[in-house]
Amino acid sequence: MIIQALAFYLFAAITVASGFMVISSRNPVHSVLFLILAFFNAAGLFVLMGAEFLGMILVIVYVGAVAVLFLFVVMMLDINFVELRQGFLQYLPIGGLIGAILLIELALVVGSWAVTPAAKTVGTDPIPALEQATNTHALGAVLYTKYIYLFQGAGLILLVAMIGAIVLTLRSRPGVRRQSISEQVNRLRSDAVEIKKVETGKGI
Amino acid sequence: MTIGLGHYLTVAAILFTLGIIGIFLNRKNVIVILMSIELMLLAVNLNLVAFSTHLNDLVGQVFALFVLTVAAGEAAIGLAILVVYFRNRGTIAVEDINMMKG
Repeated sequence: MIIQALAFYLFAAITVASGFMVISSRNPVHSVLFLILAFFNAAGLFVLMGAEFLGMILVIVYVGAVAVLFLFVVMMLDINFVELRQGFLQYLPIGGLIGAILLIELALVVGSWAVTPAAKTVGTDPIPALEQATNTHALGAVLYTKYIYLFQGAGLILLVAMIGAIVLTLRSRPGVRRQSISEQVNRLRSDAVEIKKVETGKGI
Repeated sequence: MTIGLGHYLTVAAILFTLGIIGIFLNRKNVIVILMSIELMLLAVNLNLVAFSTHLNDLVGQVFALFVLTVAAGEAAIGLAILVVYFRNRGTIAVEDINMMKG
């Protein structure tokens, strides 16, 4: 039990600290790297809670795809980041105020609200014991049967996002010379070579 | 010293607040704003999974999976828009976006 508590405090502290560094880091590349660290530690928290599948998916999707995408874009765009930092302190009071208000509200919600013991019994899909089925197995048994339409809808969302991203960023530049293989193959000798009789001692 | 629901909810609340503050602080940098949104979605996922395991109900984890999907799609679209915007204007400052009328 003490190990679990230590692991929780370690993961939670690193998650919160790297979340803070994401928003306050001077260089966006560092922000992305701290975001990756935050995701890794959040995945640790997920595993600690008993949601191993989601923890691993978090690492794959967030660290492997989203954060790397961020890293690509940050490094691809040629931006003067010093300029973008201007106004950071100007917005600090209002941002800090709203953040403090929100945090107090959330603390009041978390502190003053309790779950009734009966709530544990009304769930529609109870988690089976670990001896009966692993987390991945249990999740799949529900996801592919009861929530199959939602699952397909999630797939559709990803498809639409993919097509949208391609459509947005694809551009056909005018003036670019491309290889046309059929034209090259169909070219005849008579189109390419012309033989001229040149008289001796004279140019063409 | 048992770690219960409240501990996880506290972490998620702090992360969510950090995301909100990040949006206000980095008014000029769209990339950091997108990262702040990712932080907030992560906090929501943390809440969903915490309730799921605490209430012994798998639906929370299923929903967290869908939130993950939407977050991935949102990041892809947002970054694509960002790249197109940078191509057109040569900057990513949010304050200049309102010049794109129509």
